[in-house]
Amino acid sequence: MVEAIIEGFEKAFQLILSGDPEVLSISARSILISGTATLLAAAWSLPLGLVIGVRSFRGKRIVRSTFNALLGIPAVALGVILYLALSRSGPLGFFHMLYTPLGIALGQAILITPIAVSFITSAIESVDPEIHRLAKTLGASETEASFAVLRESTGGVALAVTASFNRAVAELGVALMIGGNIRGSTRVLTTAIAMETGRGELALGIALAIILLLLVAAISVLMNVLGGRR
Amino acid sequence: MSPMILLETRDLIKRYGDAVVLDKVNLEVEEGDFLALVGPNGAGKTTLLRIMGAIERPTSGKIYYKGEIVGGAEALRRASTMVFQRAVVFSGSVYENVAYGLRLRGLSKGEVDRRVGEALRQVGLEGFERRNAGKLSGGEQQRVSLARAIALDVELLLLDEPTANLDPRSSAIMERIISWINSERRVTTVLATHNLSQAENLSGKVALLMDGKLTQMGDADQLLRNPLGPMRSFVKRENIFLGEAVPEGDGITSIVLQNDLKVVAATPMRGKVIARVHPEDIIVSLSPIASSARNVLRGEVTGITDRGGCVMLTVNAGNEFVVRITHKSFREMGLTLGTSVYLVFKASAVEVM
Repeated sequence: MVEAIIEGFEKAFQLILSGDPEVLSISARSILISGTATLLAAAWSLPLGLVIGVRSFRGKRIVRSTFNALLGIPAVALGVILYLALSRSGPLGFFHMLYTPLGIALGQAILITPIAVSFITSAIESVDPEIHRLAKTLGASETEASFAVLRESTGGVALAVTASFNRAVAELGVALMIGGNIRGSTRVLTTAIAMETGRGELALGIALAIILLLLVAAISVLMNVLGGRR
Repeated sequence: MSPMILLETRDLIKRYGDAVVLDKVNLEVEEGDFLALVGPNGAGKTTLLRIMGAIERPTSGKIYYKGEIVGGAEALRRASTMVFQRAVVFSGSVYENVAYGLRLRGLSKGEVDRRVGEALRQVGLEGFERRNAGKLSGGEQQRVSLARAIALDVELLLLDEPTANLDPRSSAIMERIISWINSERRVTTVLATHNLSQAENLSGKVALLMDGKLTQMGDADQLLRNPLGPMRSFVKRENIFLGEAVPEGDGITSIVLQNDLKVVAATPMRGKVIARVHPEDIIVSLSPIASSARNVLRGEVTGITDRGGCVMLTVNAGNEFVVRITHKSFREMGLTLGTSVYLVFKASAVEVM
């Protein structure tokens, strides 16, 4: 086992340094699919987080608690539900998204929405409430004042986006159930790791796992650096 | 021709849940006025200012600006601006802070630069453009708040206890700038304060807000120097006394109040003055204590009011003083009506105006 791990590390660096086309394309696909999922989730989570964070309305606590409760939703359970919905006979079958990269991206976006909304809401709520009033008294409309609050919470929002991307790129359930691990089309890092390890190709599995870890670490460091510039 | 009424509120009511914060407030602010809104904490001053600045909506009632009813909030929001009690700044540079409102109004880069530079010069922060606003002192941040207001060139300036958290030097600088904005720039100004000396020094008119009701309004000099009706009871609650000051040298002034009661203040003054001692600045003791405090008055407890977090004692020591103490002190000292006590306070705790 130890040998396999050492061999895995050697192979990982070999694959990375040699620029193995298969490994590169799987990694690039992972980034593209999970990046799309993160953009989709951010597109609806940002306004949602802003409304929950800035406005006060009836049922606000219930909405917040619901998103917090959904933080731990098992990816595989969501994968099954989406599989049933997107399969040809399912209610969303006409979209023909099963076994497509876009299908995985949509599934991952739904999976990470509770993370994005909860983190963004917390970031917005941590901003001094007087900032909203300050913007308004300087002439801002409600929307402009909300953007002023959003600007003050850039660090927290960046953290929310990073955490969301990391969860998306590292999940297996949705990618496997909706993507189907089709070589050259929907095979991503996590499905490839599961497959290679299952086949006994431990070294390749470990190599891909190291690439996944490096990717997650690199994104986190990058966002930290960008966040630290403000 | 009488001056134009810039802003008028009619039957303004504001409720938060069951609590009535403003109760049918009818207020007129004439163009060029400097109006001080005075009243105890929780009287509704901040809420009234926020409604006047259109950053909060009233539950009911009407607001007229230059004779026209205010429908949407934006027009009034663009004509006025408010400086908050606690300095609030956007993250980023001083320039970004002052430029924010100007950019919202679509001004050109050159005009924004010009106005930011001019406003910072007026508040004595010339050359601070690139400094991080969040790293400035509280006093400097409040001056940035005033610079924002000057740069916007608004018609109505609303100030919510802008010097409450500042040291005396910063407060004096702020008061000078505020006075300049009203007198030189002719900006109509409404100042909420519970500092009556500030109200008297700065404003021409004063309005008293008690428990959400506008109970009295009039000429500041007249109302504060010869308080009658509700203002008299407010002034009494705040330990404000009329007296005759006589300098005693060494920067000490002796003030003879009504009933020949004498207190010592650390401000050189002469003639008729108003003296004020904050209820929280007075120490109550059961026996005379040796201390550096110049004022030790013997009196008797004549009133005890539980104010939730503290107990307010009324002590007759020749004049009636109101003193704030904690529940713990109250219990431990075993105070009841008629208990003989000593009131101790420093000469520097006596504000003279």
